[in-house]
Amino acid sequence: MGLRRRSLDGFAIGTVLCAVLVAGPLIGLPLSFIVSPGALSRFSGFVPEAVEATAVLLVGVGGGTFLLGTALAALVSFFEFPGRRWIEWALVLPLAMPGYVFTLFALGLDLPGIRSTLGAVCVFTLVLYPYVYLLARAAFLSQSRTLLEAARGLGLSRRRAILRVGLPLARPAILGGVALALMEALADFGTVNLLGVRTFTDAIYRVWFTAFDRDAAMQLAMLLVSVTLTLLVLERLARGRARHAQLAARGDVVRPVRLRGLSAAAAVILPLALVGLVVGAPLAQLGVWSVESIRDGLLAPEFATSTRNSVLLSGMSAVMVPVAALLLAYGVRASASRTAAISARTATIGYGLPGSVVAVAVIVPLGWLERRIDGVAGTGLLLTGTVIGLFYAYVVRFLALAWGAIEASLLRIPRQLDDAARGLGADRLDVLARVHVPLLRTGLVTAALLVFVEVMKELPATLLLRPLGGDTLAIAVWQATTESLFTTAALPALLIVLVGLLPVALMIRMSGRAGASEVEASPAGQAWVDEPEVARV
Amino acid sequence: MSHVRVRGLSKSFGEIEAVRELNLEIERGELMAVLGPSGCGKTTLLRVIAGFEQPDAGCVVVSDEVVAGPGRIIPPEKRRVGMVFQDYALFPHLSVEGNVGFGLTNRPREERDALTRRTLELVGLQHKTGCNVHELSGGERQRVALARALAPGPELVLLDEPFSSLDASLRGGLRREVELILRDAEATALLVTHDQEEALSLADRVAVMRDGAIVQVGPPVEVYGKPATRWAAQFVGEVNVLSGVARGSGVETELGVFDLRAPASGSVHVAVRPEQLELRADGNTNAEVVAREFRGHDVLYRLRHEGGKTLLVQLPSLELHEVGDSVFVRPAPAAVTALVD
Repeated sequence: MGLRRRSLDGFAIGTVLCAVLVAGPLIGLPLSFIVSPGALSRFSGFVPEAVEATAVLLVGVGGGTFLLGTALAALVSFFEFPGRRWIEWALVLPLAMPGYVFTLFALGLDLPGIRSTLGAVCVFTLVLYPYVYLLARAAFLSQSRTLLEAARGLGLSRRRAILRVGLPLARPAILGGVALALMEALADFGTVNLLGVRTFTDAIYRVWFTAFDRDAAMQLAMLLVSVTLTLLVLERLARGRARHAQLAARGDVVRPVRLRGLSAAAAVILPLALVGLVVGAPLAQLGVWSVESIRDGLLAPEFATSTRNSVLLSGMSAVMVPVAALLLAYGVRASASRTAAISARTATIGYGLPGSVVAVAVIVPLGWLERRIDGVAGTGLLLTGTVIGLFYAYVVRFLALAWGAIEASLLRIPRQLDDAARGLGADRLDVLARVHVPLLRTGLVTAALLVFVEVMKELPATLLLRPLGGDTLAIAVWQATTESLFTTAALPALLIVLVGLLPVALMIRMSGRAGASEVEASPAGQAWVDEPEVARV
Repeated sequence: MSHVRVRGLSKSFGEIEAVRELNLEIERGELMAVLGPSGCGKTTLLRVIAGFEQPDAGCVVVSDEVVAGPGRIIPPEKRRVGMVFQDYALFPHLSVEGNVGFGLTNRPREERDALTRRTLELVGLQHKTGCNVHELSGGERQRVALARALAPGPELVLLDEPFSSLDASLRGGLRREVELILRDAEATALLVTHDQEEALSLADRVAVMRDGAIVQVGPPVEVYGKPATRWAAQFVGEVNVLSGVARGSGVETELGVFDLRAPASGSVHVAVRPEQLELRADGNTNAEVVAREFRGHDVLYRLRHEGGKTLLVQLPSLELHEVGDSVFVRPAPAAVTALVD
């Protein structure tokens, strides 16, 4: 008498559908090599130059963020100096500065040597080091004091103890941070394009817009994805070990040593100078230019439209993406099936995929579907010519971001609450609406905020998929900067940075509540550090 | 027909058979306790009845409706079976009132409010209506959980180890309180526990469970006094198993003659409870006190009998024997014993 037949489960089907919708288009990337094997040969120069530029970027940004992020994390973790609490958090602020906005600032001031691969390395290092800084700091703070004291007891000076014990223990976390920073650098389009560095994202853009060759664009995207996936795997491996290392470390936390005299002054001045350079100076300069642009009537005529477009796109995505992520996460929980769990993993693969790759992957199936619909209903460019395609790309790109924030909170709701509600007559949708949503409020708001900010900053996918007249603030910044109209670009850039400060401020506030040393232990803080926002184009 | 019927129920998790071909019947208004050691499958039984797990075989009938059976699985929300969880599982975002009213949302507002109020009165928490569940004590949380399960008027209430997360000092009082609430509500209830004292003192009938199956069902007095197997005798309280020769209504053992519940003959084993033995300190001796466990109102002695057997004897604490004393142990007057395997 076998009762173990499972009826068709709506939630499991939902998650599978979601996975197919999100990950499905990516299948087209490798397929493009089969469909038109020779497509890339027409752009034979593109691949070697992209490989070279990418390699230089990876080495430079990897080394730069490693040194800067680790040094700063060690400074605030192992040493005490005036204003440490403030500096500790001020050092996170560059997270709000998109690379292309800093580039606009640098180009506007005509900094010497900026238009080069080395210039791009510097820009990326300055805006991406917080990934390494945050993860390294979390690792340092979780280290047991006794380990460092043991090293001192064995005759090492404090500095050497940090180098020989503290640093190696934090290595998995630091490498994880470096991998995240590198993924951001790979995904970037704005900075490299404006600085004339010919990486993969730039090549995709040129192939797409100058040659309209979708097959070649897909093949370039596939090459870029392979590099990204390699980094992703490395990051996962590093993170897996980091968790292990942190679990092992229990006991008293490291007690910072007070710096005096010159070293204390340097410990205050150097980090502040860095934040001043990366955030303060650009904000001030953008402010000045903005005022000038308004006063002299240099504002782009489309400024109002692009602001409206940005707010609408970000706002709608901030509703749509978290809702999709919630249904996905809840589907996994409610159906408790392996298929659903695998589907969710698949659906969140967009995490870390460059926006240009997502755009290229999404356009082909949409175009196909559009032609079918047009054949029947005569609707024309229903999908690729409207915001529908853009929204689709945003969902693919940012679903994982929202999912991470929601999943973390969902895991903390005991399953017995679901059972209790079911026993009281609530069906599975009721449980979601009456138990989970109220309990997940913080996670949902966080997810919405993250998606809002990311969509606002997003450049490459928007650039490739926007409908006619659908410019956003990010595109306005990029457009004006390419034409050296820095004053015109200033106000939209300023708005993007100010909005981008919101989640960073929220993170600092949340951690302030949890107590400075427990930040990374708190689940909300953890979500932040584990899955820092992805797009920073 | 019984109000709740469980027939041939089986449920495995991979290799492990948690419940195997289990049968159980509960009458309307009855308070039934399933008593078994941890890991015997009693929580799985509850979860299958509640609908959180689907059985591999067998059926569950509640109030003449098949809620789980071949080709028919009613989801938990449609079963009218309430559950009180081990750690209560109260909704942290809702007040006491919100928790109790959770299962009543499909009713008109006035009825819902009235029913919530009445249920809170039943459990004696009318003054805590608007409280946050974090502000409640352990006992109060349990009463909220009970009220929440009772409010929709379920056909059956399930209680999963309801007292295990409470302090020992609170347990006795709350046990009585919960029993009275369930009886006031005229609820049919199934409680699972590993605590024999809890099961015996609370339930109308006790079902002893072992390795996924019910070993014995009966009123507490019967389960305690007439265990079906040696294992059941040992699990439901302490016991001495003595061998002897049965002759009609009596059995002769090395300690003397005990009365038998049912006539028998031949070589048998009988289960003798520690309180069915008594000690004399004067005259002949046949045993030595090896250990003494003083429990306040009574004392449990561990003796070594001259035949080499270890015996447990429970006596009121009026008169104490010391470890090392030589004593004479014999059947207490009117000690009626039962045969075991």
